[in-house]
Amino acid sequence: MLSDADRIFTNLYGFQSPGLQAARMRGAWDGTKFLLEKGRDWILAEMKASGLRGRGGAGFPTGLKWSFMPKQPDPKRPSYLVVNADESEPGTCKDREIMRNDPHLLVEGCLVASFAMGANACYIYVRGEYIAEREALERAVAEAYEAKLVGKDNVHGWPFDLYVHHGAGAYICGEETALLESLEGKKGMPRMKPPFPANMGLYGCPTTVNNVESIAVAPTILRRGADWFMGFGAKNNAGTKLFCVSGHVNRPCNVEEAMSIPFRELIDRHCGGVRGGWDNLLAVIPGGSSVRMVPAGQIVDCPMDFDSLSKLRSGLGTAAVIVMDKSTDVVRAIARLAHFYKHESCGQCTPCREGTGWMWRVMERMAEGRAQKREIDMLLDVTKQVEGHTICALGDAAAWPIQGLIAHFRPEIERRIDAYAANPHSDPVKIAAE
Amino acid sequence: MAVRRLAENQPESFAFTPENAAWCATQIAKYPSGRQASAVIPLLWRAQAQNAYWLPRAAIEAVAGMLAMPYIRVLEIATFYSMFNLAPVGRAHVQLCGTTPCMLRGANGLRSALVERIGPAGSTTPDGALSWVEVECLGACCNAPMVQINDDYYEDLTPASLGGLLDDLAAGRAVKKGSQTGRTSSEPEPGKGTTLTDPALYDGSRVGAWRKRFEEAEAKAAEAAAAAANDKAK
Repeated sequence: MLSDADRIFTNLYGFQSPGLQAARMRGAWDGTKFLLEKGRDWILAEMKASGLRGRGGAGFPTGLKWSFMPKQPDPKRPSYLVVNADESEPGTCKDREIMRNDPHLLVEGCLVASFAMGANACYIYVRGEYIAEREALERAVAEAYEAKLVGKDNVHGWPFDLYVHHGAGAYICGEETALLESLEGKKGMPRMKPPFPANMGLYGCPTTVNNVESIAVAPTILRRGADWFMGFGAKNNAGTKLFCVSGHVNRPCNVEEAMSIPFRELIDRHCGGVRGGWDNLLAVIPGGSSVRMVPAGQIVDCPMDFDSLSKLRSGLGTAAVIVMDKSTDVVRAIARLAHFYKHESCGQCTPCREGTGWMWRVMERMAEGRAQKREIDMLLDVTKQVEGHTICALGDAAAWPIQGLIAHFRPEIERRIDAYAANPHSDPVKIAAE
Repeated sequence: MAVRRLAENQPESFAFTPENAAWCATQIAKYPSGRQASAVIPLLWRAQAQNAYWLPRAAIEAVAGMLAMPYIRVLEIATFYSMFNLAPVGRAHVQLCGTTPCMLRGANGLRSALVERIGPAGSTTPDGALSWVEVECLGACCNAPMVQINDDYYEDLTPASLGGLLDDLAAGRAVKKGSQTGRTSSEPEPGKGTTLTDPALYDGSRVGAWRKRFEEAEAKAAEAAAAAANDKAK
């Protein structure tokens, strides 16, 4: 088990004050100037060596991402750091705790990351619903300005402005280019890539978009060293990670653990086990709603990291672990996710706009059993037509949960169809248009 | 995608209060000159807060005027983002999170309680005190099931505790925000925590401890340099 001394988010639960003085006692803003004086190249090298992979879901190496920014920025096109705090992936509630309980780690991280990529301004895009969290973060930013830790003329000698921005309830704005569109005052519709944000991002300027957790861990990594961070987790899956465990466990909670912790250990140690015991476990969605579910037999001893879970055709995503026990109506659970994606599709690409609604309607019928067995393959085929045919990954994210359900629970869907057909009904069972 | 339209009955006009207008100016100042459109969501949100939590057409026009944006661009924003209420809502507007993590922990029971107390989704009680809608994941999954009422989250609910909350809100009594079962945030149940118990995390003893590795590295480098100089001298 990760020892308390190795935890980065020491005020995760808000038992201590989130204020500047208490944060300093916990080690935030400690020697920041010393780190910056080590220079930009040292910071980039250390971040690369730490093996930190982006904590927002895709798992792209953070240090590498930072190094894509121009070395000599054009004064007419200043570089920007944008922090993605639009945490909306179902199951995920970790950035919320960072913003309201340990905001100074994030503020300090913004300064360090901006320095490393030559940016003098940073925007933090907080999801609109997180009103208390936004206010907590704004308080921390104001404290940092007051103490001259950030600002045009700060003690660190790197002119830096930090702004908190917010959305208004659109899941799609968690996609980095949609977030930039939204930040520019438009509808959150993703942009085509390339050009990538590192070339043409916010206001057409070089921009890096990072998740809150990726930025907030950076100062601690630099202080304690890449080797320390590398010491946790399997190869290529380094570090500590916030896990959000929800669903049918005895004690749902957020917890910081070492990467690659086996699923059983994570749940037994921190969450009091699965409700009704391990034999009662049905399936787990290990990385937020956008990854495929994994049935109980495959997940229990699986290390919770990027590579092990992708071998199971799932993914670590945001490490939002949604546990489902045998009382779960698994088809209904995925039908509800299908509704989520139907609701959150921005409507820009036809396969996603039409496909998410189609998939949801068929899933609703399958949850009742009011369907034909051949529609299962038709549904699978449609998910394949949506997947990979859209500008952003929302189409993929809508397709994967359904693919996971069909891969692992086809007999359950068929059983329902049989059960429905066994009873007399006045209305004929409809078939989806082919 | 969801179809969202403006309400039929619209007030004649809308104007920001002087305090809010001053606040809007501070928001616009956050963005580079010529990029004032970036402030559109914060301004619309403030307009909604000023107007009993719903956004009339006049407010959309006012914001468009302040930001020198075409009306249609601001209307697009108001209809795209689901937190803008385009029709009047109750004084306590309940947004029930119904997405799978909350559903697994009993959001359907909360829904039944809301239907019984207020009516079908989207309805408002006749006295205008309560209204409710179902929304998608609100990002408090470790404290499921939960609702957002106006600005605040209410977590770890049961149909009974939600009913009590609604009674209190409708009667104008003060209510407890956040978890309704005594949790501070998303820790395991009170007293069952397994982490962050080491007092050394909070007494300041960790400050500066990390510098040791840099000092050691420096000392090693100095030693090596001295040895190299020695070799040269020989």
